[in-house]
Amino acid sequence: MAERNQRMAYGQTLLELCRENPDIVVLDADLGGSTMGKMIELEMPERHIEMGIAEANMASVAGGLARVGKIPFTNSFAVFAAGRAYDQIRQSISIGKLNVKICGSSAGCSDFGDGATHQSIDDIAYMRVIPNMTVIVPADANETVAATKYMAANKGVMYLRLNRNEYDNVTLENAVFSTDPTVLREGSDITVFACGIMVGKALKAAENLKGSISVRVVNVSTIKPLNREKICELARDTKGVVTAEEHSIIGGLGGAVAEALRRECKPVEFVGVNDEFGSSAHNYEDILKLLGLTVEHIEEAIRSLMQ
Amino acid sequence: MEAYSRELINSLEEKGKLLRRDCIKCIGVGVAGHVGGSCSAADLVAALYFYKMKYDPKNPEWEGRDYFLLSKGHVGILQYSALAEAGFFPTEDLLHCKEPGFYLQGHPHLGTPGVEVGTGSLGQGLSLGLGIALGLQMDHKPNRVYVLVGDGEQNEGQIWEAAMAAGAKKPDNLCAIIDNNGLQAQGPIRDRLDSAPIADKWKAFGWNVIEIDGHNMEEILKALDAAEATKGKPTAIVAHTIKGKGISFAEGVTGFHNAPLSKEQYEQALSELS
Repeated sequence: MAERNQRMAYGQTLLELCRENPDIVVLDADLGGSTMGKMIELEMPERHIEMGIAEANMASVAGGLARVGKIPFTNSFAVFAAGRAYDQIRQSISIGKLNVKICGSSAGCSDFGDGATHQSIDDIAYMRVIPNMTVIVPADANETVAATKYMAANKGVMYLRLNRNEYDNVTLENAVFSTDPTVLREGSDITVFACGIMVGKALKAAENLKGSISVRVVNVSTIKPLNREKICELARDTKGVVTAEEHSIIGGLGGAVAEALRRECKPVEFVGVNDEFGSSAHNYEDILKLLGLTVEHIEEAIRSLMQ
Repeated sequence: MEAYSRELINSLEEKGKLLRRDCIKCIGVGVAGHVGGSCSAADLVAALYFYKMKYDPKNPEWEGRDYFLLSKGHVGILQYSALAEAGFFPTEDLLHCKEPGFYLQGHPHLGTPGVEVGTGSLGQGLSLGLGIALGLQMDHKPNRVYVLVGDGEQNEGQIWEAAMAAGAKKPDNLCAIIDNNGLQAQGPIRDRLDSAPIADKWKAFGWNVIEIDGHNMEEILKALDAAEATKGKPTAIVAHTIKGKGISFAEGVTGFHNAPLSKEQYEQALSELS
């Protein structure tokens, strides 16, 4: 049975890649047991660098490693790997187009227990705005495997955003990663563009509305570079567009899709975090509900565009 | 017997003056430029480029090269002057520094021949140098890595993250050179955010520390050679320098951290440095 946890899928894939490619180096900031960098540390300690609780230094060190031909993967929770090290990612890595891969683990509100400080509801926005940066948000564990392989095989600074928790796969096992928006369900009334865990929720919403509203569901796992032509094409023949993401409605997938559709005169509704921080919850579903990230919220957004 | 010949010392001292003159020409008249911090570090940079480091100006990416990183990226003109005099690009190009779209930006930019990394956001160059040093060690390569750090730059917390990490990982191919000119942009460091005692801090972080007069060429060469001979830990050379060194009206004057020169000051600086 396929792995259902993105972190596990990432760690297993990265370990396999390390076995195949001697240039890959993995860096952790004292969270390897959670990011799954520990899988590499245990089997290949010479390829794993413990940087301690110093994410800014970790990002710049990765830049230096890339400068001498290594392919560094830096791991931490998204709020630290991307947020705390934002300036280093911009200055040390991205301006020089260095071949560094940044893995933001426990992203979105998937670290439900730790609360607002550990929930990245803004990382897609601030990573996406950096020139030269690729931003990938896999829909599930299967796509995480493919995305991790893609990152190792292709040059450039890339940000991978991973969920902490287990959930069902919606993409095929052993598929080759595509940077293009991918239609997972056809429909003719409304197009839903989704990323991460919200792809599965969008598929459920489409199924629930079957018979009354025909919904196309598109997985947009590469938020940057975004294939604008494809987004427009998939929006053009439906009445409206819904975006769904585990992220602020400002600057994330919704923002990127709205930018892509700027000449299409197409109504767009956002499902996402409404410009607020998260909070602690006892389980993942509770925080998703509190922040408006459920199947029902997607259905409501779809219905609102049909009126 | 002297460790270094008088001819060598003299020629390197002349290179230091030449780099300062290039910096002045690079800035020109009426446009702000980082005169002070360039002149304080000029002798250190001259010793690196014209005595210590291995490189091939015709092949900047040569695998056998040593690496120089300008963590105090605001004195980019000093590195550009050294690279031009070493033959990486024409010295005439220095006169076009900061022109729109030109490859010599206000701060070093990856893509300029001989520039290893982009720097300018202070505090990051030492971490980048540490990454290069660790990568070279993984491949068992003998290349050395030199990082020029400002003393004001030590206000940045990331310097100490890198110092701690290097102290723990012990890359002996890494050498930090601290340009201890005592002035930061807004005034004397001891009055703004004091970073003293510098040498004690680096020692406490596990580095081999050498303190020198950063304008005494023989001391500079000795320190660079001692750093290379030191095994099992990185070396920090704390170089005591004078901001604006060599230009009487700029020496030790905060105002020349980043300042335009009048026509008279420009002529006087070039004359004093000749």
